[in-house]
Amino acid sequence: MNAKTSKRLNMKERYRIMTRDLGWEPSYQRYEDIFPQESFEGIKIVDWDQWEDPFRLTMDNYWKFQAEKERKLYAIFDAVSQNNGQMKISDPRYLNAVKLFITAVTPLEYNAYKGYARVGRQFGGVGARIACQMQSIDELRHTQTQIHAMSHYNKYFGGMHDFPHMFDRVWYLSVPKSFFEDASTAGPFEFLTAISFSFEYVLTNLLFLPFMSGAAYNGDMNTVTFGFSAQSDEARHMTLGLEIIKFILEQHEDNVPIVQQWLDKWLWRGYRLLSIVGMMMDYMLPNKVMSWAEAWTLYYEEAGGALFKELERYGIRPPKYADQTVIGKDHVSHQAWFIFYQYGHATAFNTWIPTAKEMDWLSEKYPDTFDRLYRPRFELLAEKAAKGERFYNNTLPQLCQVCQIPLAITEPDDDTLLSHRDTVHDGERYHFCSDGCRDIFHHEPEKYVQAWLPVHQILQGNCGGADMAKVIGDYYRIEMGEDNLDFEGSAEQRRWAAWKQAV
Amino acid sequence: MSRVFIALQDNENARFIVEAISEDNPGAEVKHSPAMIRVEADDRLTIRRETVEEKLGRDWDTQELQVDMISIGGNVDEDDDSFTLYWNT
Amino acid sequence: MSVRANYANYQGPVRDRVENFHGNQLVYVMWERHLLFCAPLTFLADPAMSFEAFLAEVLTPALAPHPESEALDFAEAQWRLDGEAFEPRGEASLADNGIGHKSQLRLITPRLSDLADAAI
Repeated sequence: MNAKTSKRLNMKERYRIMTRDLGWEPSYQRYEDIFPQESFEGIKIVDWDQWEDPFRLTMDNYWKFQAEKERKLYAIFDAVSQNNGQMKISDPRYLNAVKLFITAVTPLEYNAYKGYARVGRQFGGVGARIACQMQSIDELRHTQTQIHAMSHYNKYFGGMHDFPHMFDRVWYLSVPKSFFEDASTAGPFEFLTAISFSFEYVLTNLLFLPFMSGAAYNGDMNTVTFGFSAQSDEARHMTLGLEIIKFILEQHEDNVPIVQQWLDKWLWRGYRLLSIVGMMMDYMLPNKVMSWAEAWTLYYEEAGGALFKELERYGIRPPKYADQTVIGKDHVSHQAWFIFYQYGHATAFNTWIPTAKEMDWLSEKYPDTFDRLYRPRFELLAEKAAKGERFYNNTLPQLCQVCQIPLAITEPDDDTLLSHRDTVHDGERYHFCSDGCRDIFHHEPEKYVQAWLPVHQILQGNCGGADMAKVIGDYYRIEMGEDNLDFEGSAEQRRWAAWKQAV
Repeated sequence: MSRVFIALQDNENARFIVEAISEDNPGAEVKHSPAMIRVEADDRLTIRRETVEEKLGRDWDTQELQVDMISIGGNVDEDDDSFTLYWNT
Repeated sequence: MSVRANYANYQGPVRDRVENFHGNQLVYVMWERHLLFCAPLTFLADPAMSFEAFLAEVLTPALAPHPESEALDFAEAQWRLDGEAFEPRGEASLADNGIGHKSQLRLITPRLSDLADAAI
């Protein structure tokens, strides 16, 4: 130990004084009145002092490091806007991934901010409360920096103008929205298991790392910079997520089956949600970094594998249906893009058929599936488009009651048959995309019967009537011919060509 | 055996941190991808403050890692002198 | 199982009750192994409508974009209703055929073209 560090309090002492010592024992109110949500989920906490924050981050250092991150980030935003950064992207098709990001992901950051602010209030342990407070502030920072980063593109491109409005209404955005609202309406411990552990620890790498590397590869300096800046917070959140799970499991053996059921549920929900990211990586990045299947292998099978091996000691097994995700990795990105392609009149971004070169890349990355199943589909669609019959599906799809994704994913053991499950509950029939989603429904049917399924809402007349053009234009605020339809012939393509000519 | 990893932004700081990691963890594997450097090792990886300070030529607080780090895999143990990632298995 | 809620007898509203569809009901149709349609289709239909009218007026136009739609002959097709083998009576109503609100029909056709190789 050299003289420099011994002059002041060391990290452990500082953490103890500035965190734990801020808590106090209630004297004139009952504990359960102060923390009314701490016990109803069945989780038993014996000793909150066992809670560990391995980073031992205190509020003073938190502000110091966050301020430094912000200074670096905003210097780059300024540089990008002062140097016509929008013209440096690889291909205007790339921007569609950013449009999807701001409409689907940025509102989740805002929901995370609200979620941590809420649950942080509900824990008796001061360590947990401080950690949730910091994470809540982080998530608000992510929301703000993402909006700032993308506001530059919003000056030049369509599809980003009404993202919070769209998040609450547009059919495919009900997938991320319902995912997060499911977590936010759960109890505080389930919320942490869902978001801190399952999403942040196990799945967030799949959202930020390959996608942000992809942004770097496609000349989008704003996105890569906010992405990595956000991810520097995520690394802390991930560590917290792992500590939370270990803490809950160590507190009482009765917690183990409850946590296991949450892990089964939230890994499956997260996997389904990330189909959209798979599609962004495989289809929306003109310059590609890695395939979705490769990312899944690296970040879920390998990194997640190590994690679940670690959790075995607590009596936790790998999530149910994990084997189905391994089969699905060769299919979901193609199936997801195919949904958006055929409902591309109702999307706030452009869609397209992959170029010949892109299809060759997909063949190479998906040797068992692409040429057999997906290339023929795209070739047929290209043929139709060349004849002036670009395929838009004008009939609404059947949705899963839980994940709300169209039933477009095939059976794990039969990739030419759409996967479908159903059940009758209280005389009413419900449909699902998979065993995973049906299990989730069966566990809490009283919750999922109220799902706001966009297709059913349209057909009940709750989205502006029976005229789909009105639903898309007035209710969703997707401007026909400006924000949606095929990239070929789009306003975006015309503008880009004009700018490039002017240079 | 399980792999631990740390991913850092590919920037001026990270170059020296990665150099320090490689020196202190002979088995560590360094992988470059656009804008990002990933370092992996079997079961355990330690970043030592003294080595990083030597490489950077200035004082360095282990918590500064938070500015450049973008992801990790493994349990974390951090104090004033080092930052360690490990699996118990 | 049932939900573990913060108060007793939690029950969310059943949002898609048939009463909410103004006299109509929902019918889903999956044309098996015809994946040009990314997912089964959702239709709003009058339960008093005959099955043959449903085929002619509702399903046929929806399937028209498929290259095999011209070769499709409903007389040669097999059906399943909510997971069970099903022999529809053309002149009978959807309701009398046992096709309830949110029932799923599966249409199974013999091989109609080479598109079947890729389940298009």
